[in-house]
Amino acid sequence: MSSLADIVTIVLVTAGALLFLGGTLGLLRFPDTLSRLHAISKADNLGLGLIVIGLLPQATSVTGGLKPIGVWLLAQLSAATASQLLARTIYRDRSEP
Amino acid sequence: MTLLLDIALVAWLLALAVHVAVQSEERSAIIALLAFGLLLGLAWVRLAAPDVALTEIAIGGGGTAVLLLRAEAALRGRDRQEEGMTRAGKLAVAVGCAAISAGLGFAVLTLSTPPPTLAPAASEALAATGLGNPVTAVLLAYRALDTLLEKVVVLLALIGVWSLAPDGIWGGAPDVKPTAVPAPLSYLARILPPFGVVIGIYMFWVGADAPGGTFQAGTVLAAMWLLAMMAGLTPAPDTERLLLRIALMGGPALFLVIAFLGFAFADGFLAYPESVAKPLIVAIEAALALSVAAALAMLVAGPARKAPAR
Repeated sequence: MSSLADIVTIVLVTAGALLFLGGTLGLLRFPDTLSRLHAISKADNLGLGLIVIGLLPQATSVTGGLKPIGVWLLAQLSAATASQLLARTIYRDRSEP
Repeated sequence: MTLLLDIALVAWLLALAVHVAVQSEERSAIIALLAFGLLLGLAWVRLAAPDVALTEIAIGGGGTAVLLLRAEAALRGRDRQEEGMTRAGKLAVAVGCAAISAGLGFAVLTLSTPPPTLAPAASEALAATGLGNPVTAVLLAYRALDTLLEKVVVLLALIGVWSLAPDGIWGGAPDVKPTAVPAPLSYLARILPPFGVVIGIYMFWVGADAPGGTFQAGTVLAAMWLLAMMAGLTPAPDTERLLLRIALMGGPALFLVIAFLGFAFADGFLAYPESVAKPLIVAIEAALALSVAAALAMLVAGPARKAPAR
């Protein structure tokens, strides 16, 4: 039973790591700042989510499992706000002549 | 396997440090410094020092970067009068820093095995203090004098920042809110502070037995207050307000009172009577967390920018 949990963990955490890699590639290769923001925020939120879900089978208690979920929700909240604020600044600077 | 992680971490840290030093655009350098603080926190975790890691990420990463970003924004656009450092000066600084790093590395690598350590002695005396976390015992029982002086230093730094205000508006409120508050910031400032305050209080409370403590808790609480001020949900207080000054002074003042009472009730300055050691330590920590929170928030908020409302 624990080997099944380990396999699920490895698969999901690897998928999350690949998403982080994809987001970083997007950050490096996309042409302008708005698409780079899109790349890192989407990939990182989903990547973090997959890593958190992948770590849930390893949790030893209910609170131990709820804490990473709480971290994920807080990270999504702050990343979303930061992306919105950055995009707003870039959009405003771009539309000024 | 963890050796690979350690080597990667060291390589990242060195690369990021070089990047911060050679980066000519200041905003990018400050954000790189923020990332450096986060990675350094990871390094502390690898060295089995989670309390230091928390403080490094909170203050060395977040707090310092926010202070520097606000300073850079205030200075942007003003023409610079100073001339840059000469090539020889930069080379001298680089050689000096490299020599110190090499010396420290040599000293650590040539320590005898097992390295000299006071950890067993610190853990043995924990029972007398009633605490479970040896780091908190060191900070608030064995070396309480250092902690007291640190908190006074934070207050002195705050007075230094406040002294930047012109004479006419001394005692006024700092300027934290932008002219137009973006809606996402307002949303975050409504949602995050309840969780932030609970997490901050938890970090202070659990610091007695597990990694945590006053500085970490104070930083989280300061960040929540700053967020509310930046979104305009609460006005920045006038720096002459009595309540603010009581909050700032309360921690060090309580610490000093308990320290001097040690002459009457225990062995001497900063000695706690053993029966009430833990309640005293927790009380001091609570007051210090509030004072640190107020001081850090006011440090980031900056000097007064408008006259006080009398």
